[in-house]
Amino acid sequence: MNIIKTQPKSITTDSTKYCPGCGHGIVLRLIGEVVDELGIREKMILTAPVGCSVILYDYISCDVVECAHGRAPAIGTAIKRVHPDKFVLLYQGDGDLAAIGTAEIIHAANRGENMSAIFVNNAVYGMTGGQMAPTTLIGQRTTTSPFGRTIKGMGKPIRVCEMLATLEETKYLERTSIHSVRNINKTKLAIRKVFQNQLNGIGFSMVEILSMCPVGWRLSPKDATQFIEERMTNYFPLGVYKNTE
Amino acid sequence: MAANNSTGSDTVKVLMKGNEAVGEAAIKAGCICYFAYPITPQTETPEYLAKRMEEENLIFLQAESELAAINMVYGASAAGVRVMTSSSSPGISLKQEGLSYIAGAELPCVIVNVVRGGPGLGNIEASQADYFQSTRGGGHGDYRCITLAPNSVQECYDMTMQAFDLSDYYRVPAIIQNDGIIGQLVEPFEIRPYKPMFEKFPPKDWALTGCAGRKPNVVRTLYLNPPDGLEQLNRKLDKRYKKIHDEVRWSEEFNCDSADLIIVAYGSTSRIAKSAIKRHNQNGKKVGMFRPKTLWPWPDVELVKIAQKNKGSKILVIEMSTGQMLEDVQLSLMDIVPKTDILFYGMGGGWNPTPDLIYEKISEILKK
Ligand SMILES: Cc1ncc(C[n+]2csc(CCOP(=O)(O)OP(=O)(O)O)c2C)c(N)n1
Ligand code: SF4
Repeated sequence: MNIIKTQPKSITTDSTKYCPGCGHGIVLRLIGEVVDELGIREKMILTAPVGCSVILYDYISCDVVECAHGRAPAIGTAIKRVHPDKFVLLYQGDGDLAAIGTAEIIHAANRGENMSAIFVNNAVYGMTGGQMAPTTLIGQRTTTSPFGRTIKGMGKPIRVCEMLATLEETKYLERTSIHSVRNINKTKLAIRKVFQNQLNGIGFSMVEILSMCPVGWRLSPKDATQFIEERMTNYFPLGVYKNTE
Repeated sequence: MAANNSTGSDTVKVLMKGNEAVGEAAIKAGCICYFAYPITPQTETPEYLAKRMEEENLIFLQAESELAAINMVYGASAAGVRVMTSSSSPGISLKQEGLSYIAGAELPCVIVNVVRGGPGLGNIEASQADYFQSTRGGGHGDYRCITLAPNSVQECYDMTMQAFDLSDYYRVPAIIQNDGIIGQLVEPFEIRPYKPMFEKFPPKDWALTGCAGRKPNVVRTLYLNPPDGLEQLNRKLDKRYKKIHDEVRWSEEFNCDSADLIIVAYGSTSRIAKSAIKRHNQNGKKVGMFRPKTLWPWPDVELVKIAQKNKGSKILVIEMSTGQMLEDVQLSLMDIVPKTDILFYGMGGGWNPTPDLIYEKISEILKK
C-alpha cells in the first residue's frame, strides 16, 4: 500500500471540537503539514486566540500562549523580541484581529515585527454563536444583524490585507481561501511563504484565509463553500497584496 | 536571547527622581524588557529607560497603548524573562485586562503605578485613590497583586528590585504603588548592587522557549476541563496568597510606645505626616505613626500589635483619597479599637496635605 498522506506529526489529535464543515480544522492541518516540512515544531511558539480555536494547544504539539481577545500581536511581539531565534506564529480570527485587536495588529505590522500571522476570516463571530463581525458582508444576516448588515450604521466590511498593505513595513500579504481543493493547495503555499519569510528574517507576513463557518452562517457545509465562492471572494478578492523581499 | 549584564556594581550615591530610580533599579535587578506608554506623572521612567536600555542592549518598546504594553509584559514574562511596565492611573486602568490574565497565568512581572487624581482623566497631581484597585486585584476574577509603597527615592530603588524578586518567587504580579510626589521627588540615594532576596528561585520550567527536548509548555488562563479546573487554580492561588500574607507583611512604626494618637499613612503622606508628628513630639505630645510598606499583603498583624500595646490610643488614617486604606484599618482593628476612635483625614482629587494642615488636625484631635 502506498501512503500518500498521513496526519502531520505535529498534530496531536484525530478529532477536533470544531463543527462539521468548519474551516479551522483545514487550516490546522495545513499548519501541521508546513510545520513538519520545515521542521520547526520545536522552535515554534504559537499564539492561541479567543475564538473557536482557543484550544489550539489541544491539537498541536508546540509551545503555546493563550492570548486575551485580540492581543496576540502584542504578546507575540514581546516573545519574538525575547527569542528572536524562535518561530512565532499568530493565529487569529476576524473578531479577534479586525475588531477588538485592530490596534495591536496594525502596530505590530507597522513596526515590522518579524512574525508570521494566519488570519482566519469567517465573516462572523463563531465562538459566541454567529454575531456580526467587522468582515460580515453587506446584507449578511447574523444574530446581531438579523435583517442583514447595512452600510448605514454598521459600515462596510474591513478588508484587512488591503489595509495592512498601506503600511510599508509589511512584507508579504496574501488572501486565500479553503473552499475547494485547489484553493486549499494554494493556501498551503501561502502559509509556507509566510513561515519561510520569518525564518529568512524578512519581516511581518500574513495570510488571510477565507474560511467556512457553516454553523454561524446557518448553512450546510456544502452551501458554506459556495457562499465563499459566490459571495465572499467578490468582496474579498483573492491574491497577493504585498510581496517585498 | 538578550542578557542583562549590569546587575553588579559598587554602591554610589546619586541624585535622581523617584521615577528614574525605579528605572535604574529595574536594570540592576536583571530586567530584560520594558514596555510602556507615556503619561504624566510617570513619563521620566520610560524616558530614562529608553536611553539606559539601549546602552545595556536590553529591550525597550514604546507600545501603542497601555493595553498593548501590558500584553507585551504578558508575552515577555511567558517567554521567561524579567519584565516591567509603568504608568499612571488612567493607564493602569487600561492594564487591568492584562493584569488579570497575568495573574491567572501565574506570570511574574513588575507594574509601577505613579498614582494621579481620578476618576477619569482627573488631574496630574499626586493621589492615593488607586488603593482599592491595587490591593483588591483591579481586574476581573479572584486574584491579588503584591503591592509595595515606597516613600523615598531610596525605597523606589530598593523596592523595585525587591518587587522583581517577590514576583519571581511567588509567581504573582508585583505593583510599585507610587504617587506623583515621590515619583517626581529628586533626592540623593544609594545605588546599591542587586542582592537577590532569596537564595533560590523556582525554575521557570513553564516558560515558552520552543519545546526542543521537552514536552510543550502552554501558558493559559482558560480552564474548561476538567469542570473543577478553575476551582483548583483558584484554590492554589488562594493558598499562595495566604502564604504571601504570612511571609511578606512589611511595615514601619515610629514612636508607637504609649501614644495617645497613632497616625496610619503610606507613601508621600507618611513623609508629610512624620514632620508634623515630630513637631508635636517636640512639644511633648505622644503621637506615633504606623506606615504600611506593603499595601497588599496588608500588615494587619503588626497594626493590631501596635493598637494592643497602645490601648486607648486614637487612630488617624491620612490618605490622598476619600478613605480607602481606612477600610483595611477598620477591618483590622474592629475588635480592638472602638470605631469612633478611628478617624480619617483626607480628600480625593489631587489634594495633598501639608505638614501644617496635619499638625492642626492632630492638635484638634488631641484637644478633644
Ligand atoms: C474581552 C472579551 N470580549 C468578548 C469575548 C467573547 N468572545 C469570545 S470569542 C469571540 C468572537 C471570536 O470571533 P472570531 O475572532 O471571529 O473567531 P471565530 O470564533 O469566528 O473563529 C468573542 C466576542 C471575550 N472572550 N473577551
Ligand atoms: S462556530 Fe463556526 S468557526 Fe466555530 S467551530 Fe463552528 S463552524 Fe467553526
